[in-house]
Amino acid sequence: MDLDLLRGAAVALPDLLGDYTLRTVALGAAALGAVSGSLGSFAVLRKQSLLGDAISHAALPGIALAFLLTGSKSSLVLILGAAIAGWIGTLIVMRIVGTTRVKEDSALGIVLSVFFGLGLVLLTAIQKRPDASQAGLDRFLFGQAATLLYRDVLMIAGLGAVALGIAALFWKEFKLLTFDPDFGASLGFPIRALDVLLTTVLVISIVIGLQTVGVVLMSAMVVAPAAAARQWTDRMGGMVVLAGGFGALAGVSGAVVSSLGERVPTGPTIVLSLTVLVLVSLAFAPNRGLVWESVRQRANRRRLHMDAVLGGLYALARQHGGAEHAHATAALEALHPGARHELDALAARGWARQTDRDAWCITPAGAAEAERRHVGAGEEVEP
Amino acid sequence: MIALSPEQEIQWIAAVTAAACAIPGVFLVLRRMALMSDAISHAILLGIVLGFFVTGNVASPLLIAAAAATGVLTVSLVELLNRTRLVKEDAAIGLVFPALFSLGVILISRYAGNVHLDVDAVLLGELAFAPFNRWVVGGVDLGPRTLWVMVAVLAMGLAFVLAFYKELKLTTFDAALAGALGFAPGLVHYAFMTLVSVTAVGAFDAVGSVLVVALMIAPPAAAYLLTDRLPRMIVLSVVIGVASALAGYWMSYLLDVSIAGSMATMTGVSFALAFLFAPERGALALARRRARQRWEFAQTMLAIHLLNHEGSADAAEENREGHLHAHLRWQPDFARQVVRRAQGAGLVHRVDGDHLALTDRGRTVASEVIGV
Repeated sequence: MDLDLLRGAAVALPDLLGDYTLRTVALGAAALGAVSGSLGSFAVLRKQSLLGDAISHAALPGIALAFLLTGSKSSLVLILGAAIAGWIGTLIVMRIVGTTRVKEDSALGIVLSVFFGLGLVLLTAIQKRPDASQAGLDRFLFGQAATLLYRDVLMIAGLGAVALGIAALFWKEFKLLTFDPDFGASLGFPIRALDVLLTTVLVISIVIGLQTVGVVLMSAMVVAPAAAARQWTDRMGGMVVLAGGFGALAGVSGAVVSSLGERVPTGPTIVLSLTVLVLVSLAFAPNRGLVWESVRQRANRRRLHMDAVLGGLYALARQHGGAEHAHATAALEALHPGARHELDALAARGWARQTDRDAWCITPAGAAEAERRHVGAGEEVEP
Repeated sequence: MIALSPEQEIQWIAAVTAAACAIPGVFLVLRRMALMSDAISHAILLGIVLGFFVTGNVASPLLIAAAAATGVLTVSLVELLNRTRLVKEDAAIGLVFPALFSLGVILISRYAGNVHLDVDAVLLGELAFAPFNRWVVGGVDLGPRTLWVMVAVLAMGLAFVLAFYKELKLTTFDAALAGALGFAPGLVHYAFMTLVSVTAVGAFDAVGSVLVVALMIAPPAAAYLLTDRLPRMIVLSVVIGVASALAGYWMSYLLDVSIAGSMATMTGVSFALAFLFAPERGALALARRRARQRWEFAQTMLAIHLLNHEGSADAAEENREGHLHAHLRWQPDFARQVVRRAQGAGLVHRVDGDHLALTDRGRTVASEVIGV
């Protein structure tokens, strides 16, 4: 780690916290990350990770139309337009998948690219209007966190709270819908209506982030925190809370890091922070993490090999009529390549004894252990 | 050399790009990997930026190579994530390309902000400027560079599909059988993904990365609703793609809006038309078939009902139009229509007023259905 950079950050941090823009952006990004992260858990578990991508792209024409129809640049109006368009996009995806043989991936691809194209058409049409220069709709493409105002943060937090509230209210139902919709239907739950409600919640969690992160990258805010959280827990409640925490953490760190450097856009920085969280989770999460997995595999392989060497020693001892009969390390190596290392491990457990510099025999405790583990019993060793 | 006006050149570029995208698109749709095009077309931004840093030249062919390599890298990263089985495939795609794209955006805005390389152009494309970038060899103007690039990409795609048609077809429809027969589905897969990457790079230079997705997915998906045969699907995809691209160009010309956006919109219109009006799989055909089946089923029910009570003591009571409501739970209107249709089909005739009787044909139909 670059010490100068760290020292610079330490000096800059108090200044940064006093900075109004940064505080607003960090607060907004944190609220957004918490909402989209926790609600994204449902999408990821339902294998709808890419629905978020389609919804966020589909929102673009909604933003443009909302501006064209109302002439208002207020974030709330634009976001309402985004939500309606995103919602229509989702319904079209469901309709295509439900009534034709076109598969979900194609349906998502069509909706996201065609809606986005339509959005571009509308944006270029708006640019020709006299009041266009102030519209600032471009900020929704890649997101411009710096344009966040305090009231935008309030709106993110407010709408996010509504979405989270709905999810909390229908917690049991949404869980059922996520893990076993058929069972839910057989219990008499209105699964279709719940599906629409959960989709609406997802749409809200996406459109509130468009101004900060932009339509192109918003899907990462839904997928990444949940994918990271999934590695740490097998419980739905824990996953939702953890994903919210990850999202908020990435939001704040992305906002701070992007403010430290010059010309470092906030949205992509948040996404990269999330990527780091995902990679760390994939590697180090207990149980599922890849590092632990490989440690566990090595330990297993080691134990199996040790068993084999112990079994070999035991078989030799029985063949030669006594535990005290010693065998050359080379002979054991020939039977079990790499036995040398296991012999030391066996000796440490008191199951084998080095009788000479280059000879080993099994101990009574080792014989008992071999008996207990059923190793080496049926083994015939050729002299 | 024929001299083309800039408008004609743009239309040629649009048409060739649409055709070049449609060919690999067919296999993406059939292999259920449509969203790989989305991932690749975004991730190649990073390759272009890195290539630019190495060469310092936006027009260098190395940029295309670097971008295509990033596309293949995206595919392998998604598969690597998949193989850990820690995340599902859709999430793997959703994790990889935003990360690579973000890296590209940050590098551009931090180090390449003031050169001719900006995210807007990469993402949205600007076909209108394509004619300004000429390919001049020895003082001779050969036309827009983009057109030549796309012709080369189209030729490559055609050659690839023609050369490996059998392999592509088999690995697409039955990967397990292909593996068992020794076709190395993995190799075909990576070769194909390289083609997709190269196509995406060439096309996104012309029309932007989101439109690449529209041109690759929407026309083949529309064609998929129109035919069951692979060769016909490829041809139809190209035709639909080219038609949408040209229609999009004219829409943008008439309304004076984004060309790329209009082309994407038109691919959507094409798909919507196929979705509604496809002869066998369209929504309209489905609705008509369902309605016909409903009437046919009702007529058969009526015939069975009449047969059931024919000649029995309660026949006079049961075999009346007015009684169908009580017996079959039919609304009077519906019952009247069913009777009229059944009369038209020669299954039933009215004895007097309300009273119905089966014709010989009706009797045969009903007996056949209940298996007497």
